[in-house]
Amino acid sequence: MSKNTIIPIGPYHPLQEEPEFFKLQVEGERVVGVEINIGYNHRGIEQLCEQKSYDQVTYVVERICGICSTSHPFAYVNAVEDLAKVVVPERALYIRTIIGELERIHSHLLWLGLAGHFLGYNTVFMWSWKYREIVLNIFEQISGNRNHYAMMKPGGVRRDIDKEDIPTILKGMDELETKITMLKKAIMDDPVLHARLKGVGVLTKEEAINYSALGPVARASGVKIDVRKDEPYAAYDKIDWDIIVTENGDLFDKVVVRILEKLESIKIIRQCLKKIPSGEIDAKIKEIPPGEGIGRHEAPRGEVFHYIRSDGTNSPVRHKVRAPSFMNVATNNTTVIGTNVADAVIVLAAVDPCYCCTERLYVYQDHKKVMDANELIKLSQERTEELRKKLVV
Amino acid sequence: MKNLDKIKEKFKDKLENIHIHNQRRIYIDLKDKKDIKEVAKFLFYDLSMRFNIASGVDTRSFIEILYHFSSDDTGEIISIRVKIDKSNPEIESIALVFKAAEWIEREIYELLGIQFKGHPDLRRLLLSDDWPKDKFPLRHEDKK
Amino acid sequence: MDLRLKALTKSPWVFHISTGSCNNCDIELIDVLTPRYDAERFGIVLVGSIKHADVLMVTGSMNRKCIPLVKDLYQQAPKPILVIALGTCSCGRGIFRDSYNCPVNVDDVIPVDVYVPGCPPKPEAIIAGIVKGIEKLK
Repeated sequence: MSKNTIIPIGPYHPLQEEPEFFKLQVEGERVVGVEINIGYNHRGIEQLCEQKSYDQVTYVVERICGICSTSHPFAYVNAVEDLAKVVVPERALYIRTIIGELERIHSHLLWLGLAGHFLGYNTVFMWSWKYREIVLNIFEQISGNRNHYAMMKPGGVRRDIDKEDIPTILKGMDELETKITMLKKAIMDDPVLHARLKGVGVLTKEEAINYSALGPVARASGVKIDVRKDEPYAAYDKIDWDIIVTENGDLFDKVVVRILEKLESIKIIRQCLKKIPSGEIDAKIKEIPPGEGIGRHEAPRGEVFHYIRSDGTNSPVRHKVRAPSFMNVATNNTTVIGTNVADAVIVLAAVDPCYCCTERLYVYQDHKKVMDANELIKLSQERTEELRKKLVV
Repeated sequence: MKNLDKIKEKFKDKLENIHIHNQRRIYIDLKDKKDIKEVAKFLFYDLSMRFNIASGVDTRSFIEILYHFSSDDTGEIISIRVKIDKSNPEIESIALVFKAAEWIEREIYELLGIQFKGHPDLRRLLLSDDWPKDKFPLRHEDKK
Repeated sequence: MDLRLKALTKSPWVFHISTGSCNNCDIELIDVLTPRYDAERFGIVLVGSIKHADVLMVTGSMNRKCIPLVKDLYQQAPKPILVIALGTCSCGRGIFRDSYNCPVNVDDVIPVDVYVPGCPPKPEAIIAGIVKGIEKLK
């Protein structure tokens, strides 16, 4: 029998853009290698976009990912506007900013809940998903749908935010702020979480740069990147906010970055609602000239990158989409190696891929099933329990 | 713009054409595809720009690959364009220069059928194993 | 009614597979289980293994790489099993009909009992779908 055991994780893993199939190589309890296999979610969207008109593409790219369903349209409209050199009305820019930040809050809450679940903190899971509903309610009120809001449009936004909606949004923000502050305290003061997450799954700054990691993953490793500040678009340059950067690059820092970012988002939304001017919401683009355009947007998981080439016809010749996870998932190659099997679940989840992976985990030893998903989560939860006992005694 | 000047200075005779779309979007065409490794190395390590992604585009006469690099200080994106002959779709791999290019080269390899010379692990990334070997979804002639 | 069928209609355990979805149906499915809708009080629980499942929830537009895996999973499932196609993609591929990597519908691969359309279907619709499926079994 070989010394190494292979643990396949996946492939049923409906991750937003890239579902993954991890093959962990384990020596005893320690992970010594990982092979990442993706493509179970490839739907040929880039090719599909070449068959659609510019207005239709917004709907296609929206369906790249359900969690960041405004990030891809956002980057896409930025690209089209860059190509056609359109000036977008001020009000539309503010509305875009509000939608983008609301999405960041709900996406980070979603991740926090799942991370809590993997660690055996089911209360965190249920709570953060409960508070996420506040954001979804706001979305339903503004756009008519809980997800896939279809607010973006090349040249502007499709719907206005009514005056009557603003008090509801503000009320929701107040409620969210108290709840998120509570979660923040609960997590940052918990000695068990400190013991469990500090120094685990470290991504060093050099590795983060070499892999071109993005978003919270990079910011937790001390790389200060954020498209909203580096290349201000929409209304981000007219508003006062900070980039959250931490130094250690371990799991704890990744949690901290995401929690603090939510509070920043609330700050941005409040300022936007105060400053939003009245006026047009659509620049009414007549035609798209031939040329090239690049659009970026800082999605909850990092920078989304869209490249568009037009030949002057009604649909793009080439539409390249780069989602943040495409870069971030590859960082698992370094972070997971050397960790415990019980930690592997949360390390793999820390880049914010998706939850369903862990529901589909199986542990095989010589082609015989040893452990399934729930048992692996249980393993992770037991380890937390162990640490808790040690700390209390 | 400072970055552009440095590139111009370093690779004077290797650049064919520079297109400045606006302050933050610069497209540079390379004369010869074999220089890409050197240029990528210079941008990534010397100018410390971040590798965004590479886009492969099938045009009528060539296959173009655009390597997008962005600077996080100035917010500009410099895209290096190389042209590859359809009869001999081959280019030097930059995956060994920095790891960020590893996956995208695999993706371009399967979707556009370009061979990356020196890539450490050139396998399919997205498509299933039963997909025909000589069909590339993003090549225009393969569309029905 | 046969005993196995009777047991199936009480507290259906759900196994969920995504065949290339955008994730939204999957989130809404989890949403059904969390406090606002709280379907767990009716015994609807997500399980980690197909062998424990009474309901097979399929989302997504049936990616080429997934077809053999879905067939495999359906074969492993204890019968009778209730198959629910969740979302427009799995009901009829929706926007991805012309894609090169989504060649077939879900119901071309495995038999589907209940279709829940919507992009994504609201949690209420998902609960209604499960209830309809159980009614059908009775």
